Amino acid sequence: MIEAHHLTKTFKDNKRGVITAVDDVSFSCRPGQIYGLLGANGAGKTTTLRLLATLLKPSSGQATVAGFDVEREPQQVRAHVGFLAASTALYGRLTAREMITYFGELNGMDSAAIKARIRQLSAELDMDEFLDRRCDKFSTGMKQKTSIARTLVHDPAVMIFDESTLGLDVMTARAIVGFVKECRNRGKTVIYSTHIMSEVEKLCDHVGIIHGGKLVAEGTVPELRARFGEPDMEEVFVKAVGGEAALMAALKN
Amino acid sequence: MNFSNVLTVYLKELKDTLRDRRSLMSMIIIPTFVMPALTFGVGKIAAGAFTKARSETPTVMVVGGEDSRGVVTQLKESKKLRVLPTAADWKQQISDKRVRAVVQIPAGFEAGLQVGAAGPVVIYNYEGELKSGFAVAELEKFFRDLRERTVAARLAERSLPATLVKPFEMKRQNVAAPEKVGGNLLGGIVPYIIIILCFTGAMYPAMDLTAGEKERGTMETLLCSPVARSDLVLGKFFMVLTGSLSAMVLSLTSMGFSAMAAGLMFGRSAGRMAAVAGQVKAPGAAIPMIDPMGLLGVVAMVLPVAVLFSALIFTVALFAKSYKEAQSYVGPMIFIVILPAVVGILPGIDLNSGLALVPILNLSLVCKEMLSGIWHWGYIGLIFGSSCVYAGLALALAVKMFNREDVIFRA
Repeated sequence: MIEAHHLTKTFKDNKRGVITAVDDVSFSCRPGQIYGLLGANGAGKTTTLRLLATLLKPSSGQATVAGFDVEREPQQVRAHVGFLAASTALYGRLTAREMITYFGELNGMDSAAIKARIRQLSAELDMDEFLDRRCDKFSTGMKQKTSIARTLVHDPAVMIFDESTLGLDVMTARAIVGFVKECRNRGKTVIYSTHIMSEVEKLCDHVGIIHGGKLVAEGTVPELRARFGEPDMEEVFVKAVGGEAALMAALKN
Repeated sequence: MNFSNVLTVYLKELKDTLRDRRSLMSMIIIPTFVMPALTFGVGKIAAGAFTKARSETPTVMVVGGEDSRGVVTQLKESKKLRVLPTAADWKQQISDKRVRAVVQIPAGFEAGLQVGAAGPVVIYNYEGELKSGFAVAELEKFFRDLRERTVAARLAERSLPATLVKPFEMKRQNVAAPEKVGGNLLGGIVPYIIIILCFTGAMYPAMDLTAGEKERGTMETLLCSPVARSDLVLGKFFMVLTGSLSAMVLSLTSMGFSAMAAGLMFGRSAGRMAAVAGQVKAPGAAIPMIDPMGLLGVVAMVLPVAVLFSALIFTVALFAKSYKEAQSYVGPMIFIVILPAVVGILPGIDLNSGLALVPILNLSLVCKEMLSGIWHWGYIGLIFGSSCVYAGLALALAVKMFNREDVIFRA
């Protein structure tokens, strides 16, 4: 379960002064549900997810993840979260097995449990062939599989995906989407940020559209279509953020 | 702090670093192989150059002396000097190193010797040039012998004993153990080298584990783990410290072996060079040795400074977004380290309670003393204590910086 209440995050910038990256954002996501966070580049998606993963501290507001407060119990939160982002890379000089083992150890798992988990994940993700090869020699698909195994090693209750299909080839992106669905099927709470409309339509049970740090619209895909009177999610998104001009202005900023 | 987590992070960083060529170079390859290669290389070149210079008969010219044919003839007949025909541009020839020294014999020198009114003999040389130094030494020896022969002849004429002008002999005898002599000679250099190697050994792991991780995107991956940030910092910090200390230990060990081997190979030349430099009385007498206890003392004193370096470089590199940016920050820091280390080598700068609080300089000075067998326990305690405090502050700063979002996620 994820619950965010009035989450706000500001940064100080020498040139631009105080920037509000996330502005009074509230939403919730239940186990067995995928919550899609839809927004353009710089809309505040990554900052919101980093707040939930306790990589950043909120300036105000609060959030609980898997029942733990992000500000007061950050280590507990991280112990129950698997965070996969385009910016979470692998250690190139470690093998896939060493990488997964390392994160198992960091999550307090013992050696036997880690070995068993690696066997299971390797079979599920078809990693046997490259499990003992160094990550810096991997194809994009192998890297993604290893990253997924890394996030799942401690079997977290909450999964956070931040633009996880960004820059991936079609097959790898499809594999990720399939994996996200699998997480939902296993009863995990999933939050998925993207700016790819087709992924939102395919995956998300509930969608929040974020623009300029604010959550400007929220609901299921059919609800949003009905509210904005548009069958196409891209049109829904453009209308929700205030039209093309507003979107262009935001992207320029 | 969770020691198990710190150890997990440390062991992973160790494995990762040992697979990184740049860190391996700075931690292991350079200290182990480059320093001995330099010692041998420089030693071999220096010994070769010295032997070659020594085997050549110095070329000299005689200016004046037209009425002192006896002295000029003796000079020309000397097997230790090669007298070239006098040229008008003799000063230029010295500068061009075509002639090594020129002796100017005043008018009426020989006649003056007979009546005890000879004018001064002037030797022109190229100061600081080895071969010119040899020529001057031979010319001085020639005229010193001439003077002593003249004095002896005059005393004999008057039936006076030689002890009239030389009532007693004077000898110099060294009582310092070879390691004390070595300590004085090498006391400044050894800490200097150790300080530099401690710094460079920490540099590459520190940059790789901070800015390198940010650049490669693994920092965010690591921060997703439930381990406390202070444990992550400490695990990484211990790896940087390992780099610093391994560079020091390996370099000391390899330098020790190199010095022993170089001493055996170039010992005689080195002794003669030292004699020419005026540092050692008897040629071949001193292959500098270092007191092992002094060396152990140096290692102990360097420990907190290695912590200080590791934590500071770690903190500075943490600010950088990329490895390249970290290099531009950390690179200039070496000058901040070298300056006090160099000041410590300078003669005449002695340890006092004020300087004992100046980081790096205090280490350089106290190491010089310890390697010479001087143990000022008060200063040693003060320096070790202050170094520990500085190291602790630097480490606390590293932890604080690692907890700052604007540093870790600096874009």
